[in-house]
Amino acid sequence: MDLYDDDLTGDGHWAFGTGFADPLAGIDAPPASPELAAYCLALGDDALVMSHRLQEWCTRAPELEDEVAIANVALDLLGQARLLLARTGRGEDDLAFGRDAAEFRSVRLAEAANGDFAHLVVRLLLFATWRLAILGGLRDHPDPVLAAIAAKGVKEVAYHRDYAAGWAIRLGDGTAESHRRMRAALEALWPLVPDLHADHPGARAEFETVVADVLARATLDAPATTGRAAPRGEHLPELADAVAEMQSVARALPGATW
Amino acid sequence: MVTARAVAETVTDPELPQLTLADLGVLRDVAEDAGRVTVWITPTYTGCPAMDAMRDDLVHRLAAAGYPGADVRVVLSPPWTTDWITEAGRRKLAAAGIAPPGPAPRPAAGPVPLALGPTRAAVRCPQCGSGDTEELSRFGATACRALRRCRACGEPFDHVKEI
Repeated sequence: MDLYDDDLTGDGHWAFGTGFADPLAGIDAPPASPELAAYCLALGDDALVMSHRLQEWCTRAPELEDEVAIANVALDLLGQARLLLARTGRGEDDLAFGRDAAEFRSVRLAEAANGDFAHLVVRLLLFATWRLAILGGLRDHPDPVLAAIAAKGVKEVAYHRDYAAGWAIRLGDGTAESHRRMRAALEALWPLVPDLHADHPGARAEFETVVADVLARATLDAPATTGRAAPRGEHLPELADAVAEMQSVARALPGATW
Repeated sequence: MVTARAVAETVTDPELPQLTLADLGVLRDVAEDAGRVTVWITPTYTGCPAMDAMRDDLVHRLAAAGYPGADVRVVLSPPWTTDWITEAGRRKLAAAGIAPPGPAPRPAAGPVPLALGPTRAAVRCPQCGSGDTEELSRFGATACRALRRCRACGEPFDHVKEI
């Protein structure tokens, strides 16, 4: 008997989205309060949009090892997004594929269009350092599901941050050209950092300590902060393109299966 | 009749078919109540795409052994750690050319310190046994593996990273 006779062929896996079982299936937890759901949506959207930007790097990385690393980071973040979006109780696929860009709650740092590899490194360093500080503090959150997601996420995002930090140092303290590109990426992304601090003031001290440590080793200076903190819900225009691409199959073929 | 637990313990990992879910510590518990079987599994990484295949495999294997309609449930806490990989699992990993993990770092309450250098763990080459190996990339073929190379025999190999 073929174990998969009636499953992978007849289970109605979606042509888009996961088509999988709810990632929180079988977890005993009360429904999320509106506040908890909104918070999980924000953290989930950060992970979903950042994962999408990293997925856009597939086949474009400078080395095979980095291709694999970036895909792994994107997969980890997609996994976190699935759990967090599911925790809202609104259905992960509906949230990922059924909302307009304006309805996303991601921070602008995750939304910015990709640039060169230095841009990827700086963005991932800032994003992962911030997210690790947040998740570290959520490990004892009163909601057992969010606490469990955070405890798993800490292990993953620590790898993401260290990967980005390693490259930041290698490129910042590398050639004149790699240093110049790192400085340009810092200048481009630094104005989005105030969003992070306004959103999670409690993560700021750890963020600043770690980023200052990495930049010093990378022989890079932090740019003077000039950015205005934008609240969640205020987006960069390029988010619309990213969301349109992510949702193109779902929009063209609603409910399609394969 | 074989117990439901014994059946569930024969189900292998979709990515590492040399190992069972029990070897990996992914199979957390099996309960049987009046013919109804409940199985608890935990993901290695949150993005692990193999969870649904594991669920299908468990349901089908149990059904074939006379336990139809098993309920497979996910448990997230405590988070999976490589310390749960059994001794048998470690032997099977090494036999498959994959270096088993060393002891996992203990989770600390405060900020996670930066780890910038190559991983400190002394990892033995699963091909020739040499301890003279180096890390090529912390990310490998699956979420749970890093890529290393043996300086003695020159072979690259996967290493299950300690988490």
